[in-house]
Amino acid sequence: MSANGAAKVEPAPKLIVRDLAVFYDGKKAVGPVSLDIVGQHVTALIGPSGCGKSTFLRSLNRMNELIAGCRVEGTVRLDGDPIYGPGIDPVAVRRRIGMVFQRSNPFPKSIQENVAYGLRIGGVKDAHEIAGRVELALTQAALWEEVRDRLNDSALGLSGGQQQRLCIARALAVEPEVLLMDEPASALDPIATAHIEELINELSANYTVVIVTHNMQQAARVADYTAFFYLGELVEFDRTDVIFTKPSNSRTEDYITGRFG
Amino acid sequence: MIRANTSREHTNREYEQELRRLREQLLLMGAKVEEIIHGSIRALIDRDSTLAEQMIGVDRKINQLEIAIDELCMQVLARRQPVASDLRFLTTALKLVTDLERIGDLGVNICERVLELNGEPPLKPYIDLPNMTREVQEMLHEALDAFVAADVERAQRVIARDKNVDAYYTQIFRELLTYMMEDPRNIFRATRLQSIAKYLERIGDHATNLGELVIFMVKGKDIRHAGKLSDAG
Repeated sequence: MSANGAAKVEPAPKLIVRDLAVFYDGKKAVGPVSLDIVGQHVTALIGPSGCGKSTFLRSLNRMNELIAGCRVEGTVRLDGDPIYGPGIDPVAVRRRIGMVFQRSNPFPKSIQENVAYGLRIGGVKDAHEIAGRVELALTQAALWEEVRDRLNDSALGLSGGQQQRLCIARALAVEPEVLLMDEPASALDPIATAHIEELINELSANYTVVIVTHNMQQAARVADYTAFFYLGELVEFDRTDVIFTKPSNSRTEDYITGRFG
Repeated sequence: MIRANTSREHTNREYEQELRRLREQLLLMGAKVEEIIHGSIRALIDRDSTLAEQMIGVDRKINQLEIAIDELCMQVLARRQPVASDLRFLTTALKLVTDLERIGDLGVNICERVLELNGEPPLKPYIDLPNMTREVQEMLHEALDAFVAADVERAQRVIARDKNVDAYYTQIFRELLTYMMEDPRNIFRATRLQSIAKYLERIGDHATNLGELVIFMVKGKDIRHAGKLSDAG
C-alpha cells in the first residue's frame, strides 16, 4: 500500500511534446503545448468541441500536413527521435505512430486485404508472412475469432463495431509503437464500445495509446492519464483518477462536472 | 477564457435541482438531529418524560430522511455519474447521513435513560452535563454550518473541540464514581448519568467525523486516521 503517497516510479515518456503549436492559415488553433505521453499507457485528450484536442492528436503523427494551410511549430520526439524536421519522412513517422479514426473506414476490399494493405504498401510480398501478420493483427484487435472463416468476405459486411476493430487491426498490422485514436467508439453502441474499451486496455500492455474522446466516462474508464484542452490550450494534465476526483484547475472542474456555458 | 466563478451551476438544470434537493434534505436532517439533542437534554434537566417521548418520534423522522437521502444519492450516482467536486459531495453526503443517523440514535438513548431517571429522585444538580451538552451542540451546529459554507477552517475548529468533550466526560465520570463509592444506592442513577455522558461523548466523535468529511468534500484530502494507518499494509 502506498496510502501515504510513496513516490511512484513513472515510466519513461514515449512521446515528448514541447511548445507544439498548430496554425491554420496563419491563425493559431492549438498551443503552445508541452506534454509527456507515457509509454505503454493510455492517455486521453478531453475537452469541448473546437478545443484543439483532435488537431493536437493529428500533429502527433504529422497528419495535419495533409490539410492545406496548416503549419506546425515546436517539437515532438518519439523515443528521442524528432518527428518533425528536414529529411524526416512523414510516412515513416506514421508507420511508427498509427491512427484510428472516428468513423470506421474500411476499404471496399476483403477483410484480409484491409489488414494486409499497409504491409503490401510497405513492401511485404511473402504471402505466408502476410497471412501470419494479418492473423496476429486481427487477434490483437480481438476480431480474429469472429472473422477467421470469412477473411475473403468484404469488410463492408461487418458490423460497425467489427469494422472499427478491423481498422484497429489494420493500424496494428504495420506494428506501430504508438496508436492514436480519434473518438474510436463514438459511432458505436454500448456493447461494441465496451469491446473497444477492453481492447484499448489490452493494447496498452504493448502499445502507447493516445485517445481523443468526447465521452468523459470513457476517458475515466480507459485512460491512465488525462489531458484537458480548452480553447486551444492544455489546461490540465494528470493521472486520470486525480483529474476525475480532484482536478486542480477550476476550468477542468467546470468542464468535467458539466458546469460549462 | 472562462473565469473560475463564471458559472457554478450545471448546464443541466435537472441535475442542479437534484443536488440542491439533496443539500436541502441533508440540512433538514441536520436540523432534526440538533432538535433531538436539544430536546433530550431539556428532558433530562426539566425531568420531562413527555418531551423525552416526543424526541423518540423525531428520531423516526431522522431515519426516514436517512433512507430518502440514500435513495437520492443512489439515483444521482446512477443517472449522472458525478465526478470531481460533485462526486466528493455525493460520497460525503452518503457518509454524512450515517453519522447524523447515529447521532439521532444516541439522542434516543439519552431519552431512554432520562425516562429511567425520572422514575427516581434526582441524584444531584447538573453542572458539567449541561456544559458538555453545549459544547457538543455547538460542535454539531458548526459542523453543519461548515458543510453548508464548505468552510474548511470552521470544520477544523470543530475537530479541535473534541478534546474538550473528552475532558468533560472524564470529569463527569470521575465525579459520578465518587457518588457511587459514597452510597451503593446511587449506582442505578449514576450509571444512567454516566451513560448519558458517554452518549454525548460519542456525539462529539460523530460531529468530528462530520468536520473531517467536510474537509474531504472541499479539499479532496482525507484527514481521517491521520498518522494511524502506517501499519495497515
